[in-house]
Amino acid sequence: MIEEFQLVQVMDQQGELVQGEYEKDISEDLTRTFYRHLIRIRTFDKKAVSLQRQGRIGTYAPFEGQEASQVGSALALQDKDWLFPSYRDHGATMTFGHSLLHILLFWKGRNEGCVPPEGKNIFTPGIPIATQLPHAVGAAFAEKRKGTRNAAIVYFGDGATSEGDFHEGLNLASVWEAPVVFFNQNNHYAISVPMHKQMKTKTIAQKALAYDIPSVRIDGNDIFAVYFETLKALERARNGDGPTLIESVTWRYGAHTTADDPTKYRDQQESESRRKDNDPVDRLMKFMKHRGWGDEEWMTSVQKECAKEVDLAVEELEAYPAADPSVIFDYVFATPTWTIQEQKEKLLERLRGE
Amino acid sequence: MSTLTKMKTLTMVQAITDAMRVMLQESEDVLLMGEDIGTNGGVFRATDGLQQEFGEDRVLDTPLSEAGFIGAAIGMGLNGFRPVAEVQFLGFIYPAYEQIMTHASRIRTRTLGHFTCPLVIRAPYGAGVRAPEIHSDSTEALFTHMPGIKVVCPATPYDAKGLLIAAIEDPDPVLFLEPMRCYRSSREEVPEEKYTVEIGKGKVVTEGEDVTIIAWGAMVKVAEDAAKEAADKGISCEVLDLRTLYPLDRDLISSSVQKTGRTVVVHEAHATGGVGNDVLAIINDNSFLYQKAPTERVTGFDTPVPYFGFEDFYLPDSKRVLAAVEKVARY
Repeated sequence: MIEEFQLVQVMDQQGELVQGEYEKDISEDLTRTFYRHLIRIRTFDKKAVSLQRQGRIGTYAPFEGQEASQVGSALALQDKDWLFPSYRDHGATMTFGHSLLHILLFWKGRNEGCVPPEGKNIFTPGIPIATQLPHAVGAAFAEKRKGTRNAAIVYFGDGATSEGDFHEGLNLASVWEAPVVFFNQNNHYAISVPMHKQMKTKTIAQKALAYDIPSVRIDGNDIFAVYFETLKALERARNGDGPTLIESVTWRYGAHTTADDPTKYRDQQESESRRKDNDPVDRLMKFMKHRGWGDEEWMTSVQKECAKEVDLAVEELEAYPAADPSVIFDYVFATPTWTIQEQKEKLLERLRGE
Repeated sequence: MSTLTKMKTLTMVQAITDAMRVMLQESEDVLLMGEDIGTNGGVFRATDGLQQEFGEDRVLDTPLSEAGFIGAAIGMGLNGFRPVAEVQFLGFIYPAYEQIMTHASRIRTRTLGHFTCPLVIRAPYGAGVRAPEIHSDSTEALFTHMPGIKVVCPATPYDAKGLLIAAIEDPDPVLFLEPMRCYRSSREEVPEEKYTVEIGKGKVVTEGEDVTIIAWGAMVKVAEDAAKEAADKGISCEVLDLRTLYPLDRDLISSSVQKTGRTVVVHEAHATGGVGNDVLAIINDNSFLYQKAPTERVTGFDTPVPYFGFEDFYLPDSKRVLAAVEKVARY
């Protein structure tokens, strides 16, 4: 089956274009946009890991290594599309327009972080694995019912494909011809369980055959492949041609979350050699360098701007108003029930020292 | 009620169909989804004729996929629709439990009201109709314990229509339990037009002085029968139909048990962790000093709902309820 689902590359590991037909679609501007977003989310990710280490945010799920998958796919979206992330996809949500402050608030245990910017259809990070797939199908189907050309994209990992919700989501999308893109980031590991213990199949893309959904297996560290294949899938969705499954083959360098130690379950040499040979940011830089696009001075200025933006978000986070205990009671229902109202009053009384 | 109100005589299942028809007519945002609800009109015919009337786009036959279609209904709710999903039997809702527990019930809280989940899940429930295994479960307490979802359970055609319309209009998720034994057991005059019964309000079914019997769903009829039998023995019972299991109608419970001072709670669900215990907690919190006898519970057992060859042993009947009434009356 792996022969039928050959890895699609537009740019190889040396940063050379390997599919000439994309030449016309690639501009210096586009690569600069890619570069800026890759640096931005990587800067954020590194900062967040460091904040966790210092106890300034809670447990954090890093995505370093997966930046091309997240940036390339999120940049393919249009403004009114829907994005359903998992907990490791805030690189995609920030690229699509979520605020850094809100993403940090989420990781600091604040519900406020789940509120997207007005007008942005970004759902909350899916914690229970694969549960967000049916939501995306429903939201996409709703767009179809309304007669729009909007689509939904939903992110999930390799482990998620073992869950029932993955299969139920794909089946429903297939039957309803829902305008949804199932964007799988295959980083080869659930927490500690490698792909060969997760599934017997050699690819994730092939699972779409069972649902008669088109699928493609792409080099997830090749931002061009990610971007162009996601655009194609979204275009299919907008044109009423239904869902697509994209398997974006990538790697996370670090831990599942800051609460685990990857050296316990895999040889971190592998991460180091992938960082050296197949880093998504380096590959784009090589590509740009070959063409003389984006000189070092510009790249340094981008890095500085991103660092500044992230630092500013951290400042905003740390100046953010303290948690108001009313929040846990006031949004359970549109109108609180008597049990919740009384529990709230008792807590507030106690906090006031009465 | 105005004398101009047109009435029709309906069974509970017909009243439920009527409620859905009224809401489908009123708003394009309302859509029905579930297994076999289209051409077949649902396993209990609750959606009979609705797909023919409103089309396949608004009355959706879904794949056999409870987690999938409840999850998709959540997504539709996020995106402007008001889905009414039918689960064929409450005992088949368990694959969707994760979607309800981890998403439907907490989307509003999680997003401080930015996203909401105006979803109604209808589920036939309860024993007493000689159904196969799993078809007779009464696991309402799994949902009353779940923060962020209301649980409603009518016992009559009038209440069924009014409560279902209220549930569909409610901005938050509602589990709407339909006691199968009541589907066709009686008929009642029901207004043809739209009306609502307030969620969170129970009612006095029979007024009485000596003992309060508290029930819901199919157990309301059992309680009424026991009250009649008790009357023959000189015990006057007040029967309450809670109608909503979360949030409970504390005022109704308190006013009745403070009057009688003696209470029997009846439910067909398992005793441990049952909603009856929440009723007891309300009595304890508000009416402790009014009590003249310890409250009795008449419930199903802490066993799986048995195969139907045994269900008469399991299900509370009027004799068991009467024995409890006499016990609290004599205490």
